[in-house]
Amino acid sequence: MLDASRQPEPLVRVEGLKMHFPIYTGLFRSHTGDVKAVDGVSFDILPGETLGLVGESGCGKSTVGRALLRLYEPTAGRVIIDGEDVAHLSAEKLRQKRPTMQMVFQDPQASLNPRMTLAGIIGEPLDEHTSMSRAEKTQRIYELMDQVGLNRRFANRYPHEFSGGQRQRIGIARALALNPKFIVCDEPIAALDVSIQAQVVNLLEDLQERLGLTYLFISHDLSMVRHLADRVAVMYLGRIAELSPSKDLYSRPLHPYAEALLSAVNEPDPELAARRNRIILKGDVPSPANPPQGCNFCTRCPRVFDLCRQVKPDLQEVEPGRFVACHLFSDKTTAGTTGVPEARIEHNQQGASK
Amino acid sequence: MSQSAAVTNDLPEVIEEASFLRDTMRGFRKNRMAMVGLVFVCLLVFLAIFAPIISPHDPYRVALDEQLLPASTTYWLGTDNFGRDVLTRILYGARISLVVGTVPSLISLLIGTFMGILSGYMGGKTDFVIMRLADTMIAFPSLLLAMVVMYTLGANLFNIFIALALVGWAGVARVVRSQTLALKEKEFIEAARANGTSRVRIMFSHIFPNVTPTLIVLFSLSIPEAIMWESSLSFLGVGVQPPEASWGLLVAKGKEYLFQAPLVAIMPGVAILMTVLAFNFIGDGLRDALDPSMKD
Repeated sequence: MLDASRQPEPLVRVEGLKMHFPIYTGLFRSHTGDVKAVDGVSFDILPGETLGLVGESGCGKSTVGRALLRLYEPTAGRVIIDGEDVAHLSAEKLRQKRPTMQMVFQDPQASLNPRMTLAGIIGEPLDEHTSMSRAEKTQRIYELMDQVGLNRRFANRYPHEFSGGQRQRIGIARALALNPKFIVCDEPIAALDVSIQAQVVNLLEDLQERLGLTYLFISHDLSMVRHLADRVAVMYLGRIAELSPSKDLYSRPLHPYAEALLSAVNEPDPELAARRNRIILKGDVPSPANPPQGCNFCTRCPRVFDLCRQVKPDLQEVEPGRFVACHLFSDKTTAGTTGVPEARIEHNQQGASK
Repeated sequence: MSQSAAVTNDLPEVIEEASFLRDTMRGFRKNRMAMVGLVFVCLLVFLAIFAPIISPHDPYRVALDEQLLPASTTYWLGTDNFGRDVLTRILYGARISLVVGTVPSLISLLIGTFMGILSGYMGGKTDFVIMRLADTMIAFPSLLLAMVVMYTLGANLFNIFIALALVGWAGVARVVRSQTLALKEKEFIEAARANGTSRVRIMFSHIFPNVTPTLIVLFSLSIPEAIMWESSLSFLGVGVQPPEASWGLLVAKGKEYLFQAPLVAIMPGVAILMTVLAFNFIGDGLRDALDPSMKD
């Protein structure tokens, strides 16, 4: 079944995406290092699929989303969305490409201009990318409002007159305005009440079904991702630790970090909760400006061994459809031999940049 | 908020900032000092416009037999060294002083806003060039700069505008730039960029409307400043030239007769003081009314 679903050409293909933010220090603002927010991330998203992207605060998941839409200029790597490498498009080409890919933001309060009416906010992408007449625009705005369940009478109101859930609907309507294929949802429910979260998630699912959308769903809400995503990527310190179908990941995580992370999911059944094996990691996440030499997780991994401290593991397919970046698993496959030299090079660069 | 429920089913004729303006007005009216200031300024504008009708005296008529008279029923505030009615001169002076207060403020606000948004949003080299230019302007003693402009271009009203705008824009640009820098990081700007909205459009339709509260306050605060500047320049003899009347000039000329006829110098000074105070009250009121956290 997994093999069959891997047949279609992916809508989004990310290859070796790196997003480093330079650090300048001293009197002469010399370049003394980089915050490696995203450090070599690769994944595919199939058309109509939802890829969940989870990880703790500061692991770089939002940065991936923003670099994908080129709201940041990626340091390296390719981002192919619907056949074009977004990371290297010229400004004008990029502008024309924008309608294909949209974003729903975390904080619906901050993502809506407080000085624009709802109609103005939803209509802005139409002004920018289409030459609709006033009547056509009105029609389209109403259509979008219907789609996300906003009363048409609200068209003239300002964002501060709405509740959080309604504001997020406005944000979704704006993202839908230009008929996108791919939407990055950057923690779209993190700022909402639990009761409202369900509404918004259902809306997103609904829209996906009706419009055939493809989502990258960034979240730290593990149970919501389980519900929504077909496949899930677990990030740690700028790299993907594990990328697996949602069902497999939640029932049997492979990467030690994924295991620890998922053991933190709340269990509604108190009996099960009492019996469950909670893995508590020691120490803090290392600074992304100065990650460990070997595996990024080696400082906290309960199953660490020598190789982990020296060589960064690559993301490899260890079971059909399951990708893990961990030496525990690379031993089992033959790919380990090809993976090491490549990782060595990276390791040398690490040393040189210090 | 409930008032805005009366929205029709037709598409919005984008009623820009209607509810925002209404909220601001409501907040402003509650501020008593600000309302006093507003009434005073309105009265002053009225008196300045209708000065020829209100005053029975000619502000330029020289009557050497009526020099430096004390206050009387004919001359409410007495006469100056040329026998001209002081009150009439103050009313006519209000015309110049008010114009000098508003026009250069508007010009420097316009230039400063443009430069500030450009500098803050574009960043990089643009930012560097504009900010160093602003620093240069601020580094000069402003009075000296204004005087140099007046000397080289000649003393007339238009040149006062230029001199004051030149002195004033840099401060505005700095404030607007810092606001722009803060706004630039907001998610709604990012959302606009994700939509493919052009930079120009982002600057005009997203950043500009969000710096307007600051601009209104800056404007109301810069009016008294400009009046003071004009007074200083006229006092030093490079501003408005006699026999024209401006408040600064009246103080400057009247000071020579401070002991014989104190009203000649003091009354225009009082006019400056009260006007500056009134504008400051208005500015304070506006600042509070525009701050969402100050609203009920």
